[in-house]
Amino acid sequence: MMKKQSLTKTMNPGVYFLINYAVPIIFITLVGFAIPLSGLSGEYFIRELTIRLSRNSFLILALLIPVMAGMGMNFGIVLGAMAGEIGLIFITDWRIIGLPGMLLAMLISTPIAVLLGYFGGIVLNRAKGREMVTGFMLAFFMNGIYQLVVLYGMGNIIPISNSSILLPRGYGIRNAISLLGIRQVLDKLIPLEIGGILIPVASILVIAILCVFIIWFRKTKLGQEIRTVGQDNDVARTLGIDVGRTRILSIVISTVLACYGQIIFLQNIGTMNTYNSHTQVGVFAVAALLVGGASVAKANIPNVFIGVILFHTMFVVSPRAGKELIGQAQLGEYFRVFVSYGVIAFSLALYTWKKRIEKENERKKAMAFKMGVLVK
Amino acid sequence: MKKKIQNIIENFGLPRIIIFLFLVLLFILTPFVGVRFDTSVNDVIVRFSMNGILVLSLVPMVKSGCGLNFGLQLGIIAGLLGAVISIEMETIGFAGFFTAIGIAIFFAVVFGLLYGLLLNKVKGDEMVVATYVGFSSVSFMCIMWLMLPFKSPNMIWAYGGSGLRTTINTKGYWFHILTDFFQINIGSHIVFPTGTILFFVLLTFLVWAFFRTKMGTAMTAVGSNTDYAKFCGINVDKMRVISVILSTVIAAIGIIVYQESFGFIQLYMAPLYMAFPAIAALLLGGASVGKASIKNVVIGAFLFQGILTMTPSVINNIIKSDMSESIRIVVSNGMIVYALTRIMRAR
Repeated sequence: MMKKQSLTKTMNPGVYFLINYAVPIIFITLVGFAIPLSGLSGEYFIRELTIRLSRNSFLILALLIPVMAGMGMNFGIVLGAMAGEIGLIFITDWRIIGLPGMLLAMLISTPIAVLLGYFGGIVLNRAKGREMVTGFMLAFFMNGIYQLVVLYGMGNIIPISNSSILLPRGYGIRNAISLLGIRQVLDKLIPLEIGGILIPVASILVIAILCVFIIWFRKTKLGQEIRTVGQDNDVARTLGIDVGRTRILSIVISTVLACYGQIIFLQNIGTMNTYNSHTQVGVFAVAALLVGGASVAKANIPNVFIGVILFHTMFVVSPRAGKELIGQAQLGEYFRVFVSYGVIAFSLALYTWKKRIEKENERKKAMAFKMGVLVK
Repeated sequence: MKKKIQNIIENFGLPRIIIFLFLVLLFILTPFVGVRFDTSVNDVIVRFSMNGILVLSLVPMVKSGCGLNFGLQLGIIAGLLGAVISIEMETIGFAGFFTAIGIAIFFAVVFGLLYGLLLNKVKGDEMVVATYVGFSSVSFMCIMWLMLPFKSPNMIWAYGGSGLRTTINTKGYWFHILTDFFQINIGSHIVFPTGTILFFVLLTFLVWAFFRTKMGTAMTAVGSNTDYAKFCGINVDKMRVISVILSTVIAAIGIIVYQESFGFIQLYMAPLYMAFPAIAALLLGGASVGKASIKNVVIGAFLFQGILTMTPSVINNIIKSDMSESIRIVVSNGMIVYALTRIMRAR
């Protein structure tokens, strides 16, 4: 027990670094092996990563604010994704294409996202200490409600005029909707090609703006309040901050950002899987963030980008590597899923274990100080 | 009188009462919508017997303070391994059934031990870690199912020749081995699954008896008041690990019973979300994150399976469309969210 105690406090910084960044280090090693194994070319990687960075970063950036507020990994971004999809369903129904279409989708889904975020915030407030599990289950629950609305309500109670997106029975949206009208509308807004690779300048610009926004937001009054709440609820309360309201606000912001993020994601892909596009959003975003070196209590912008690069490289590489190694590409697919879930399990376990040891250390120090053994 | 009703509502929770009344309503509606009342009751009883043991498996961990077992999949995987190996060994009938259980218990103890040790390191956040450990283990087993050297022609892919199929039929091995045991036929429509129910009652009795033993009481003490338990000299960590092993073993048995009744062994991604219905059922029966009893298991499993069975048949006949899947998702996950947001009194 003595040995474990001194593990995080008085050991040399090298080991401390290794434990803190265990996840990205393990990942880099894994990926380092898998890349040459897969036999994919460097150009392929650059192209894939450019697309994936511009496509996924917005969503993952949405996770940062709840971490600041001390609420851990917000699996509730799925709710924001659902709001975005509802907006997209409507603009497809009204056949509005191009950039105006995408912007209109964002406009319509914003109030829905705010509502869902507000609901999510209230629920999470009532589950203090268990936000992550609750957020996770809430996402599943909302998925059921989403299904009721989209699979039964639309075309029935909610008028849908474009019959091409309805199921043959007359109501309920089809499994897959083509978003051809707004496909890559943001990506190709400012066309730029370098060496045969399309660079989605506008999307990257939008992501950059979001990063600047987050950095600025941290310094605003609300941002400071959120950070104080994240540090210590009681201290925040004595400072006069309405802890509950602040937490709800952080979830609302996160949900709205996730809503836009999902729309950006889908405009790049060009098709929407009505019932499946949003289900994995939470898990993959959280896994990517954790792979980038973030933890439940601390996440910053570099974590997002490092995470996307590492996580998505693994994603691209696994099926091929699986095929070369064992002869079955299917193995690679399962390996991908295993790694995504495994990363989260491992990071969470590591984080909780560390937190407990630090708490133990603090307690022992406080007790020793009280007993006059340790002079502070 | 009003105060009394208010008290009952507060104690049981409004959602539970709503769901109970909803179920009663569904049963009342059956003759009016062209659904046979007796077959409905029969279906509910059969499904109850199939799923009951899985719900029962959650109790030891809740009692010892480890929270709701979101990592139920580990026990399920142990059970799957037992089932698949017993078929590989070509054992049939009761011999096959008990071989499956025996092998499953072996794996369940190993998994439970590792799982329990892990949970001890993450006290306070068990549920989140458990969820992802459960998910990653299911995905990991997907890789294993493809790679392990199974040969039985009933289980591997027809053309490729290597790797197990997604679903494996238990017919001819131990399909319905319990269900048909002393089967009671009431009328032409009701087939009472005596064997399965007896087995469930047996296991329930064993669990109930266990918690009356010294070790069982110690386990409950660990869950309700850790410091007091430590003060009494109980090894908290050891008790928690034992509770996890117990839960995993019961879950392994549970999935085998489920398979003998259902008729299929489902591999690969099927077990991924299997923890949630069991947890929802337990919570529906009145349990909470820190408290669970046999009563919760029985009531909860019955209510939950009741909703699952009755909603499709009744509502589909009324609205002429299949909303059952979505309603199931809303009810089971909503129950869990509700339970997670109930303020815990003392931990």
